[in-house]
Amino acid sequence: MIINHPLLGPRDAAEFVYLGDAALIDRPDPEAENADEQFYEYGYLRDNPAGAHQELWYHEQGDRSWLVVTRDTLTHEITGVKLARDEAKKRGRNK
Amino acid sequence: MRYSAFEILKQGLSGNKGWKPVWREPEPKAEYDVIIVGGGGHGLSTAYYLSKVYGMRNIAVLEKGWLGSGNIGRNTTIIRSNYMMPGNQPFYEFSLKLWEGLEQDFNYNAMVSQRSILNLFHSDPQRDAFVRRANAMILSGADAELADEAQLRRELPFLDFDNARFPIKGGLYQRRGGTVRHDAVAWGYARGADSHGVDIIQNCEVTGFDIENGVCTGVQSSKGRIRAKKVAVCVAGSSSRVMSLAGMRLPIESHVLQAFVTEGLKPTLPGVITFGAGHFYVSQSDKGGLVFGGDIDGYNTYAQRGNLPVVEDVAEGGMAIMPMIGRTRLLRSWGGVMDMSMDGSPFIDKTHIEGLYFNGGWCYGGFKATPASGYCYAHLLANDTPHPVATEMRLDRFKRGHIIDEKGQGNQPNLH
Ligand SMILES: Cc1cc2nc3c(=O)[nH]c(=O)nc-3n(C[C@H](O)[C@H](O)[C@H](O)COP(=O)(O)OP(=O)(O)OC[C@H]3O[C@@H](n4cnc5c(N)ncnc54)[C@H](O)[C@@H]3O)c2cc1C
Repeated sequence: MIINHPLLGPRDAAEFVYLGDAALIDRPDPEAENADEQFYEYGYLRDNPAGAHQELWYHEQGDRSWLVVTRDTLTHEITGVKLARDEAKKRGRNK
Repeated sequence: MRYSAFEILKQGLSGNKGWKPVWREPEPKAEYDVIIVGGGGHGLSTAYYLSKVYGMRNIAVLEKGWLGSGNIGRNTTIIRSNYMMPGNQPFYEFSLKLWEGLEQDFNYNAMVSQRSILNLFHSDPQRDAFVRRANAMILSGADAELADEAQLRRELPFLDFDNARFPIKGGLYQRRGGTVRHDAVAWGYARGADSHGVDIIQNCEVTGFDIENGVCTGVQSSKGRIRAKKVAVCVAGSSSRVMSLAGMRLPIESHVLQAFVTEGLKPTLPGVITFGAGHFYVSQSDKGGLVFGGDIDGYNTYAQRGNLPVVEDVAEGGMAIMPMIGRTRLLRSWGGVMDMSMDGSPFIDKTHIEGLYFNGGWCYGGFKATPASGYCYAHLLANDTPHPVATEMRLDRFKRGHIIDEKGQGNQPNLH
């Protein structure tokens, strides 16, 4: 698989480390009423869809940026790549 | 028909005209006591033990494709009980004991071959860890034997003992481990279940569950609605997809594992050998091909094929312990989609929906579990209590903080 890095262009997926569903960006609020329940779901449960999947890849052997890659889990086709930093800010995180 | 030497003789003398199909191909009835979703190894063995040991009748196995089209027909066929955690090891030892009597039990030649498994170690700390594992194995009633370097040099002279990076210092043997012909396991269980009246329905995909007031009353399928008192899901790599039809999210990700087979060679490997410093395992099939594999590709996928970086990684692992492997030619490689659980251990449990049961999370080690998984799932379905060797394989164990962390690495979906 080739990941089209927003800054570096097309890179071999072997340069990256995979973390999982990009929902991991949305860490629950530890102060919330049901934080234990939320952290259980965050830590352990996954949608694991067959089809489009937004996921986190880390460019370990490159610029060490985190990317949000949209990839089809049935065909391995990659349809979108963004810097995770931009995506996290868009979702309301401060960094 | 019972298979025997006499039957072969009789059929041989009468032109082999009397052999019959090994299972029926019935249309689904309107209602069953138990519907098993998924006709892989685990689904078929569940049906077999449910009808044979637990005396239940009126059972159907619904399979989306044909029998053996999933991981039961794709694995590298290794069986063993060299686990360590109390929640796992007694279960896998129970499974190995069932393998030992399986062919007589279901009257089918599954080519169970206890040719041994050897886990190599490459350093002193790793030796200590293996001694500890061996003791845990022996405590569970399994066999374990430590081999030093001198012994291995005598037995397996082709290993790269003096490898500069990963010298081989010895290994942990389980002599009762080995390999089994995977397709024959599916066929043997299917034939056995069918002979006890189980309806095995192929090309029948489950597309939904009928759930009323928190009770599961049947399934929707490509062959219409089928009612059931109990529905037992057992779909391995498709676990999340199927359980999402019941609105459930699982502690599982689907990943691909690749396997490889070389051209046929003269007998070279006496048993299964695994590399201790990377991920590589190899055995030799009865046809002579070296069958080997390594790590999963490492990203979510439902495509039954992998990518080249892992091919390279596996080949490097092979070269590190067994340089002679570089001289053989690769014949085929393939992939299977596995249900990777968050701690590397499986689930055999009820769900919060009454009448709906779940068996999955086998990662890439579920073939060896086939007999015990079916036996314990059947026990749960018949009695609504877990079998004594499967009490910890619960769906809520992460919530309770009771993970079965065989590797001591915490939650991540890339464990064995
Ligand atoms: C390359 C590879 C090597 C492996 N090597 C080993 C090994 O050496 N030792 C070991 O112990 N384990 C090994 N495994 C793991 C082992 O094969 C699996 O854990 C095990 O086979 C899973 O259980 P199963 O046989 O029931 O799965 P499967 O055979 O995959 O059965 C699941 C079935 O469910 C069906 N299904 C899915 N969705 C639906 C639906 N909606 N309706 C109806 N049916 C459905 C599928 O078609 C499939 O037939 C390996 C796996 C792979 C891929």
